[in-house]
Amino acid sequence: MKLEDQRTTIYKVDPNHPETADLPTLRTEELLLNMGPQHPATHGVLKVIMELEGERLVKSTPVLGYLHRGVEKLAEGGTYHQFIPHTDRLDYVCAMYNNFAYCRAVEKLMDIEIPERAEYLRTLVAEVQRIIGHLFWLGTQALDIGAMTVFFYTFRDREILLDWFDELCGARLTTSWYRIGGVEKDFNDSLIDKIQRFLGYFPPKIDEYVIFLEKNRVWLARTRGVAVISAEDALSFGLSGPTLRGSGVDYDLRKYEPYSAYPWCEFSVPVGKNGDTYDRYWIRIEEFRESIKIIKQCLEQMQPGPIMADVPSVTLPPKDRVFTNLESMIQQFKLFSQGFDAPAGEIYCGTEAHKGELGFYIVSTGGGNPYRLKIRSPSFIHMGAFDYMSKGYMIADAVTIFGSYDIVMGECDR
Amino acid sequence: MHPIAEKIQSRFPEGFLSANEWRGDLAISVKREALHDVCQYIRRDPEMDCDYMVHVSSVDWPDEAERFEVVYEVYSIRKRHRIRIKTRVPENDCRVDSMVDLWMGADFMEREVFDMMGIRFNHHPDLRRILMPDDYTEGYPLRKDFPVQGKGWRDTFDFLNDPN
Repeated sequence: MKLEDQRTTIYKVDPNHPETADLPTLRTEELLLNMGPQHPATHGVLKVIMELEGERLVKSTPVLGYLHRGVEKLAEGGTYHQFIPHTDRLDYVCAMYNNFAYCRAVEKLMDIEIPERAEYLRTLVAEVQRIIGHLFWLGTQALDIGAMTVFFYTFRDREILLDWFDELCGARLTTSWYRIGGVEKDFNDSLIDKIQRFLGYFPPKIDEYVIFLEKNRVWLARTRGVAVISAEDALSFGLSGPTLRGSGVDYDLRKYEPYSAYPWCEFSVPVGKNGDTYDRYWIRIEEFRESIKIIKQCLEQMQPGPIMADVPSVTLPPKDRVFTNLESMIQQFKLFSQGFDAPAGEIYCGTEAHKGELGFYIVSTGGGNPYRLKIRSPSFIHMGAFDYMSKGYMIADAVTIFGSYDIVMGECDR
Repeated sequence: MHPIAEKIQSRFPEGFLSANEWRGDLAISVKREALHDVCQYIRRDPEMDCDYMVHVSSVDWPDEAERFEVVYEVYSIRKRHRIRIKTRVPENDCRVDSMVDLWMGADFMEREVFDMMGIRFNHHPDLRRILMPDDYTEGYPLRKDFPVQGKGWRDTFDFLNDPN
């Protein structure tokens, strides 16, 4: 067949149209395409079965579970303290916020008050983690779309903060720095000095990323008006975080149910209006600036004080006393072998992680282990909206759509 | 009692079982038959207006007559209240009505509950396993009688240092 003939048959879509009616009819069955589980742009092991009509998505079925490790079942077998390192592995690029969300949930269950300095430390580190998360997202999203340069710039700056984490707790990704009742370790002068230097260094860099992207025609064409979701639908799907705020709902748990040091800091919640991928990007860029504000205020307002709640039956003793003081050693040993005695009851505690609402639903029947621990992970719930949001878009857009949720499979599959 | 619980009780005197407020969380237990009506009420009624689906979860209580508990947690963005609706189902007939017609997000969340706990949802459009493989036949992992070790194909291996 000649090339011109091929072209006419490919474009013949309407058999009733007078111009194309006499041409031979084509088979028009839909094509089934597997994307993943191993695909460089799937942010982990995610498989999507796509039904295609030409290059348009008719239906996409996410196949999850390649990274399912049974974290919820594991939680039932260990004490509350022992679960903290497991939370690192949920959203493995932003471990601090997972620790934070989990510790807050257990503190709500145990009804513990956190000392003020610990609250400021927690908020500060959580916001640093939010910057890291958004940098990671921005780099990979731009890479998926084809703007490779941004990736190198965001990862350069992310590296500075990861080194800062390294100095803070000895790990770059799997941090486990938060503790039930407080935090593991206080800042030293070097850490404060480094973060202050970063605060001066970072704002011009945000503008740099914006210059790379906002005048980039490819970026604009592939984000503006792509994967639009209305506020009503976004809420119905349970979307949260920048994905929901892009649609114009200002739902942010830091404002709706203020926790930790957020009520003492001034910041605003950027809200989009079009509900497309571009607005979700814009919100994350604005959140960089808000996070910088929060970190600055935390550093200014922080006063010296204890970093751990004084509830010996629940909280761990200071590390230096464990090896020098008999009572502290017994306390440490008991807390890790038997756990603390939690009251019977059930709580749900949601925390605004950088992806959305990360919640823990804990059912306790007393004793040292949770009876049931359910993780409400934003990535999993966002994936539920993927079919609805991707309908009618091109295959190439599929990657940017679930990219715009900031999906991490460790959290999605748990 | 919490005003929201009172409203639900006065509207569904038959289906309402109990309300509990602990650590600021409101949990309302309803009968299984009334679950969909109660959810429809809190979703559609302008005073309740719970438009945001937080999570769907399940708890296994093996020693009790109605073994499984299905938990829906919803939030109202405009009214800013959080309600947890719970219902119990017995093991021999673990079915509840699906909420997909009220909250679209319930689709994946209910599939997860089905996958992990084996609770069926009536009228669910696509009730398949979601995290476990489709052909997984060894039960439901989050049930309390699911063994944490010693079950599965690894135990059929011949070990080299097996004394027998």
